[in-house]
Amino acid sequence: MNPLELAEAEPGPAFTVTLDGREIDALPGQTVAAALWAAGVTSWRTTRGEGRPRGIFCGIGVCFDCLVTVNDRPNQRACLVPVRPGDSIRTQEGTGHER
Amino acid sequence: MSAEGPHLAVIGAGPAGLAAALAAAGRGVRVTVVDSAAAVGGQFYRQPSAGLGARRPEALHHQWRTWRRLREGLDQYIAAGRVGHLADHHVWCVERKERTPEGFTVHALLGPEQEKPAVVHADAVLLATGGYEKVLPFPGWTLPGVVTAGGAQAMLKGGLAVPGRTAVVAGTGPLLLPVATGLAAAGVTVAALVESADPKALVRRAGALAGRPDKLAEGAGYARELLRRRVRTLVRHTVVETHGTDRLAAVTVAALDAAGRVRPGTERSIPCDTLAVGHGMLPHTDLAETLGCRITGPNVHVDEEQRTDVPGVWAAGETTGIGGAALALAEGHIAGRSAAARLWGRDPDPREWAAAAKSRAALREFFAALDSVYAPPAHWTEQVTDGTVVCRCEEVTAGAVRAAVGELGAGDVRTVKLLTRAGMGWCQGRVCGPAVAGIAGCPESVARRPFARPVPLGVLAQVTDQAADQAADTEVAPDQ
Ligand SMILES: Cc1cc2nc3c(=O)[nH]c(=O)nc-3n(C[C@H](O)[C@H](O)[C@H](O)COP(=O)(O)OP(=O)(O)OC[C@H]3O[C@@H](n4cnc5c(N)ncnc54)[C@H](O)[C@@H]3O)c2cc1C
Repeated sequence: MNPLELAEAEPGPAFTVTLDGREIDALPGQTVAAALWAAGVTSWRTTRGEGRPRGIFCGIGVCFDCLVTVNDRPNQRACLVPVRPGDSIRTQEGTGHER
Repeated sequence: MSAEGPHLAVIGAGPAGLAAALAAAGRGVRVTVVDSAAAVGGQFYRQPSAGLGARRPEALHHQWRTWRRLREGLDQYIAAGRVGHLADHHVWCVERKERTPEGFTVHALLGPEQEKPAVVHADAVLLATGGYEKVLPFPGWTLPGVVTAGGAQAMLKGGLAVPGRTAVVAGTGPLLLPVATGLAAAGVTVAALVESADPKALVRRAGALAGRPDKLAEGAGYARELLRRRVRTLVRHTVVETHGTDRLAAVTVAALDAAGRVRPGTERSIPCDTLAVGHGMLPHTDLAETLGCRITGPNVHVDEEQRTDVPGVWAAGETTGIGGAALALAEGHIAGRSAAARLWGRDPDPREWAAAAKSRAALREFFAALDSVYAPPAHWTEQVTDGTVVCRCEEVTAGAVRAAVGELGAGDVRTVKLLTRAGMGWCQGRVCGPAVAGIAGCPESVARRPFARPVPLGVLAQVTDQAADQAADTEVAPDQ
């Protein structure tokens, strides 16, 4: 059993997005975080100070740990932002403004 | 929406906000429900996002019949134009208008990006903003794969996504039960449920529990479910640390002694790729604080009618104290009825809501009993090594917090913050507040945050301009 089966989900057709250039599948209705989790990815940011990896923590938009760069916009909360076909998702390093 | 009758803005579309909206709309008040999520439901009734096409969302839920009743009621009022629902509206401030004593302006930011502003004007506001989870730090809690228990639940209910294959669910509190059974039902192997309290102590509080046999049955139901799914439950145990370099690989758990200290020699390692951890809940009180409402302890203070001490402002649900969905429903109902009566210029008759008031009293007593039993280990700070990050945003370690107290003489949380930057990052100390206070050995103070959300400067400037020329009253003005 997986969660989609449990809820008898019949999502629309899957589409492709990229994470740091690598193609991954996503489903309509998923947030960026849900799509990344489903692809087995749990971190998509490194911290400003120590460069440590981070991903989802609170899952409801309170903690800002899951910040990610989507289509060149840094500091998006992956747990809130819906994933869209063709999105270019990039691991956010530090503030996301330096490259 | 029809322009007749008084207008109530309800902030939050969880059980409390929805019950309030239905109660008020049923008594002729125009209601606008403003919520940051894409759909109504709040935490307890968080629904899979529409695009996922879930045909059996109830598989992830309890109390489904109540949800159907709320949802159908809401849909009817929306269709009749008596309730409006503004989704994706993150409220950052509620303002009392100066010229009209009972007028309010609700300031929101739109969408997950939260850059464009929107405004709602109302005669009264009802705060039903719920709460968020409290997590205390331990070595390795910043490792990817460590998530809050409620966060795992939210990602499951809303996104039908799970973080890994093998999970440990740990911490303390009743929320751990639905999280463990939810993950197990969704195909995750739950290697252990690690609870620092001993729920058997609840038996000593039999009086308070007897008032809500339904809640006891709910607990027993979860216990059966855990047994059926062969989830090992370790009570009076705690997670001591995590292992892994870039992703969680295992946790070390240990038994606690009677005083709440780790019993040396009882440590054991449990392999897992997910740790869902929580130590209770905290109310969201920012909007009430900005309005100047009295806060008692962590909660928005309300009277028997769920009124705050600011005229025209009601509050219901977990913002007034943690107590679960059923209590939120009862409080929301009472708040909605009181607000409706008073908006029509009438003193409400509490006998109208006697059943809800009875429920509220029993549930408050029930949760006070739970609260006296569920607690993090008394000496949790001893497990937090100096190198452990406490403030996740600013990467401030426990060692830095201790140095601020020990070497620099900080005597309160505010000074610790100024010296270390703990609590000054993106989340504004919501996550690290209790941890910093505990490690510094200072009492927790109510954090005064100017706004409930980070606000772009352009939006702030615009609001200031508007205040200057008292813009005309429009229902929703999403310009820019
Ligand atoms: C992540 C999480 C998961 C949980 N899962 C469960 C569970 O599975 N089972 C269980 O029994 N209990 C769960 N709980 C406990 C839950 O809080 C209560 O059961 C119940 O939902 C409380 O109802 P409420 O109406 O007071 O608040 P909530 O249900 O929390 O609703 C509050 C609503 O207000 C909105 N809101 C808050 N601030 C703003 C703002 N500034 N602007 C706009 N909107 C705002 C939120 O988006 C939310 O929709 C969970 C709690 C959390 C934090």
